[in-house]
Amino acid sequence: MSRVHTVAVPHRRGRVPAALLIPAGLGLLFLVLPLAGLVIRAPWTTLPQRLTEPGALTALRLSVQTATLATLLCLLLGVPLAWLLARVEFPGRRLVRALVTVPLVLPPVVGGVALLLVFGRRGLLGGWLDSTFGITLPFTTAGVVLAEAFVAMPFLVIAVEGALRAADHRYEEAAATLGASRWTTFTHVTLPLVAPGLAAGAVLCWARALGEFGATITFAGNYPGRTQTMPLAVYLALETDLEAAIVLSLVLLVVSVGILAALRDRWLTSA
Amino acid sequence: MRTRATRGVVALLVAVAGLAMTGCGNSGDPAPGGSADGRVTGTVTVFAAASLTESFTRLGADFEAANPGTTVTFNFAGSSALANQVNQGAPADVFASAAPRNMTTVAEAGNADGTPVTFARNQLVIAVPAGNPKALTGLADLTRRGVKVALCADQVPCGAAARSALDAAGVALTPVTLERDVRGALAKVKLGEVDAALVYRTDARAASADVTGVEFPESARAVNDYPIVALKDAPNPAGARAFVAYVRSAPAQVVLAGAGFQSP
Repeated sequence: MSRVHTVAVPHRRGRVPAALLIPAGLGLLFLVLPLAGLVIRAPWTTLPQRLTEPGALTALRLSVQTATLATLLCLLLGVPLAWLLARVEFPGRRLVRALVTVPLVLPPVVGGVALLLVFGRRGLLGGWLDSTFGITLPFTTAGVVLAEAFVAMPFLVIAVEGALRAADHRYEEAAATLGASRWTTFTHVTLPLVAPGLAAGAVLCWARALGEFGATITFAGNYPGRTQTMPLAVYLALETDLEAAIVLSLVLLVVSVGILAALRDRWLTSA
Repeated sequence: MRTRATRGVVALLVAVAGLAMTGCGNSGDPAPGGSADGRVTGTVTVFAAASLTESFTRLGADFEAANPGTTVTFNFAGSSALANQVNQGAPADVFASAAPRNMTTVAEAGNADGTPVTFARNQLVIAVPAGNPKALTGLADLTRRGVKVALCADQVPCGAAARSALDAAGVALTPVTLERDVRGALAKVKLGEVDAALVYRTDARAASADVTGVEFPESARAVNDYPIVALKDAPNPAGARAFVAYVRSAPAQVVLAGAGFQSP
C-alpha cells in the first residue's frame, strides 16, 4: 500500500521548551512508576515456582482466548458500525455515536448488571434464548467474551471511525466511478486504506478486553477454568497473598506488552 | 533493589508533590482526638467487613449522636482486601473483620493497638429467591440437577465457612461461581441468576425483601467470629478506642442482634 497524500514536514530542530518537557516527564513517571513498583516488589526468587501453578496458567490461557474471541466479535460488529457512522448520513447519527461510547464511561460493574438484565436468566432476551435454544450465557466462557466485547468495542469503533474520517474519500469515489459496487469498494479500497487505524483499534480493544474485571465477574461470575480470567485471579490472590497477585499481574503485563509491541512493529510502523 | 536513578526520580516526584500540596489549604478540621474533658471529637475512619454494612452504618449514626462533634466514615469491603489496605498503610482508625484470620494478618504486621476482641458471631444460611421457588430445604438439595449455586471464593471468610459446612455435611457441591464477597453472592440470588447461595444469616436478613434465608443444621459447624480492634497508626486514636468500646456496649449489641448476629 503506497502512501501518497501525506508528506511529513520535518520540525525545526531546536531546544525542546522546558514548559513541555517537565510535564511530559512527570506524565511519563506517573504512568511508569507504578509498573516499576510491581517489578521492584516482585518475589523473583519464588517466581518460577509460582508461575507453574496450574491455576495461574489456566487463568492466563482463558484470558488470552476470551480477549481474542472478544476482539474478533468486536471486529465483526464494530467495523461495519464504524463505517456506518463515518460514511452514511442518517438522522440521529450524533446520538448513535454518543450511545456507542457509553460503555467507555459506564462503570464496568454496572455494565455487567446491564448485561444480566438483558442476557441473564430473567433478562429481556436471556429467558427466550434459554427456552428456545437452550443457551445460557451467565457463568459460561461465552459470557466472559460477551462482557469483554461490551466493554472493549467502543475503542475499536472510535479508532476505525477516526481512520475512516481521516482517509481520502477520492479513492472510494474513483472506485465507484469505475463501476465498483459499494461492497467491493468497502472490501478492496476502504478497508486497506484504514488498515493501520483498524489494527490500532483492534490492539486497543484486545488490551482492554484482557484487563476487563468488573463486567466479567458480575455477568459471568468467577469459576476457575471456565470464567476466571487473569484479572479475577489477581483480585482473589490479593485476598490471601500479595506476592502471588504481583506475580500474576506481572505475567499479564508481560503478555500484553509483548503482544502490543509485536503488533505495533508489524502493523503500525507504516502509519 | 533501588538504583540511584530510581531514588532520584522518587525524590523529584516527592518534591513536586510537596509543591502541589503547599497550594492546598487545610480543610479546617479540628484536630482529631480527645479533648481536655475526655470527649471524643473529629473523624473516626472504620474499615469493616462487607457483611457489617447495615448494622455498622446504624451504629455509626448512634455513635455520632452519643458523641457530638464526631463523624464516622466507613470503608466496607471484603475482610481480606481491608486487611491488605490496612497493612499497606491506609489511614484507618478501626478494623472490624468477618474472620479471625484477616485480623491475625493485621496483628502480625504490628498494626493492631491492643488485642482484637470478638464482638459478634455469624452463621450461614441458604439464601434463595423470596418464596423459595425451588423448595430447597438443606445442603443436600443444592446438588439437585438444574440448581445453580453461588458460593463465596475460598479466600474470603464466607467461602471458608461454606467449605467447612459442606464438608461437615459430606455434600460435594459444584457451584457455578465463586464470588469475591458475600454481597456478590447475594446479588446473584437477588437477580435470579442462581437458585441459591450460602451467605451469612445477617446478609439474608438485610435483603429480606427479595431473599429468603433457609437455616440448616450444619451451619453450627462453621460459625464465624467477628473481631474488632483499634489500629496502631490511627489518625484519631481516642476516637478509635471509643468506637471499639461502643461496638461492645449493650445498646450496640442490641442493634447487632437485631441484624441477625449472635453475641460472642
